Amino acid sequence: MSTDTPTKSQEAAAVPPPGTASPKKRAPQGHRRLLTRRDRLTLGLMAGLPTILHVALVWVTALASIALAFTTWNGIGFDSIQWVGLDNFKELFTNNPQFWPAVEHNVVWFVVLILIPTPLGLFLAVQLDKKIRFSRVYQTAFFLPVVVSMAVIGFVWQLVYNPDTGLINSLIGANEPGHYIDWIGDPDLNLWAILVAASWRHTGYMMILYLAGLKSVDPALREASALDGANEWQTFKNVIFPTLRPTNTVVLVVTIIEALRAFDLVFVFNKGAEGTELLSILVTNNIIGESSRIGYGSAIAVVLLVISLAVIIPYLVATFRKERRA
Amino acid sequence: MSHALVTKQRTPVRPARILLHTFLVVTALAWLGPLLWALFAAMRPYAETSEKGYVSWPDRLSFENFTNAFQQSDMLHYFGNTLLIAVPAVLLTLFLSSMVAFYVSRFDFRLNLALLLVFTAGNLLPQQVIITPLYRLYLLIDLPGITMSGKLYDSALGLVLIHVAFQSGFCAFVLSNYMRSLPHELTEAALVDGASVWRLYWQIVLPLCKPAMAALATLLSIWIYNDFFWAIVLISTGENMPITSALNNLSGQYFTDPNLVAAGALLTAIPTLIVYFVLQRQFVSGLTLGANKG
Repeated sequence: MSTDTPTKSQEAAAVPPPGTASPKKRAPQGHRRLLTRRDRLTLGLMAGLPTILHVALVWVTALASIALAFTTWNGIGFDSIQWVGLDNFKELFTNNPQFWPAVEHNVVWFVVLILIPTPLGLFLAVQLDKKIRFSRVYQTAFFLPVVVSMAVIGFVWQLVYNPDTGLINSLIGANEPGHYIDWIGDPDLNLWAILVAASWRHTGYMMILYLAGLKSVDPALREASALDGANEWQTFKNVIFPTLRPTNTVVLVVTIIEALRAFDLVFVFNKGAEGTELLSILVTNNIIGESSRIGYGSAIAVVLLVISLAVIIPYLVATFRKERRA
Repeated sequence: MSHALVTKQRTPVRPARILLHTFLVVTALAWLGPLLWALFAAMRPYAETSEKGYVSWPDRLSFENFTNAFQQSDMLHYFGNTLLIAVPAVLLTLFLSSMVAFYVSRFDFRLNLALLLVFTAGNLLPQQVIITPLYRLYLLIDLPGITMSGKLYDSALGLVLIHVAFQSGFCAFVLSNYMRSLPHELTEAALVDGASVWRLYWQIVLPLCKPAMAALATLLSIWIYNDFFWAIVLISTGENMPITSALNNLSGQYFTDPNLVAAGALLTAIPTLIVYFVLQRQFVSGLTLGANKG
């Protein structure tokens, strides 16, 4: 029931309230005329305080990341900040053996998430949307990993992957000396091992998003398609999937952001050792790791920022434009 | 839909349905597999598993590892830390973001779209983009006598602030959509009657937003409880860490064998699981309410 609220509220917002001739501008302005000076002050504070907190801690720091990326600083006093131009980026792009692998791993992370758990989540959602029995029980099982923290997931999967005591090696007899398969340490394997765990979690998340999307598909479409003699797959391909477009956009953005944010799981697993470097891990290593290079770490953060904004801004602009049109 | 369904349900169970259920049962069990495996490992004594291996028939199952993990590492202390961070953070986030949403949805000043855009975009950024300057900022801000460390760094207050700042973007977006669906006449009438803006917000709009607020509160509690990154970077004293981040230190210090690690990890997951099972509907609706969450 309550899962319906988002679509409902959006629809309600889209339909002009009855009774007012040109509701878009008039109602709010009517509001405005009635305000006393004290009301205006209250409003200013209500909007201002949260904005200041948010902007100061999120946007000012993001801008500071950009500024610091062109400097070197040892963190002791502001005098020691030195402008170095593009040096940090030059070193990053040409001289850091971890940078390009990290970029590659972030890309692989995204590609795997979008190719395996996302379609799987959609598939599960379609099956569970068929009004079958125990649908809720299945949903709970698939969604459980999304509720548990990434750190816990990391520890749980270590029990599966541990070369000595883990489930997999115990089952296939690879826990004897000489037969080791080092799922966590081997740079050719560890990224894939972690991605299994990440996909395990991502599937449930995608399933829930698609289930919500499917609930808002007009049942008449399905009936019409069935009357036209389309089979299940044809109906899905030609009728249902195209109407899921808004959900697909959300899914795409969520998956990209997840791939850029990936951190906890890898940190718990092996601290981003060889084979599992990620941009987020490199940034963090420049803060709490042994090499505390503020300017250099910021340069990596800027790379992350640029990629994220390239996704976030077009998406939000499209979302808000649609809302304004409505 | 109803037509098709009624006829479907009346026909005897079709083979396709049985196949589907078989598939779903197998997949669902496979999905629970890693967690069940952790539970299995956590319930066996270390002596037995080291002798017989982990894939073996258990002689004895008990909750001993759980009590040991809980007591040896003083987990209660870390749960307390989490509570100290999560409760104020959730309340403050809801309070601040509902005010912004109220302003944005009820008073159509030209600014509002830009404001909402800034909030939502900020929430979608990866945390690592801002962590370096944030870390420095937290070290710079002196708060003698207010926090234990005398700084914003290494304090519960620092974590509360960044959680509030970061999460309020998402909540403001969801709540403003919700408030926009409330009829405008409602607040207009009250304004005409001379009610103050604050009363409008506190006594008329907020009570109507209870369902959305409940959903967001559930979601926020789980997110903040599960946070790992902020505390790993912004807290230096192990003692001050919330439980999820503390797990990382504890696993080296106190959880000396895989069975104890499993028990510790599962204990950490229990509060989120309880919240999820009790408030599943709120959680899911919150997540889909503002599906553009990253």
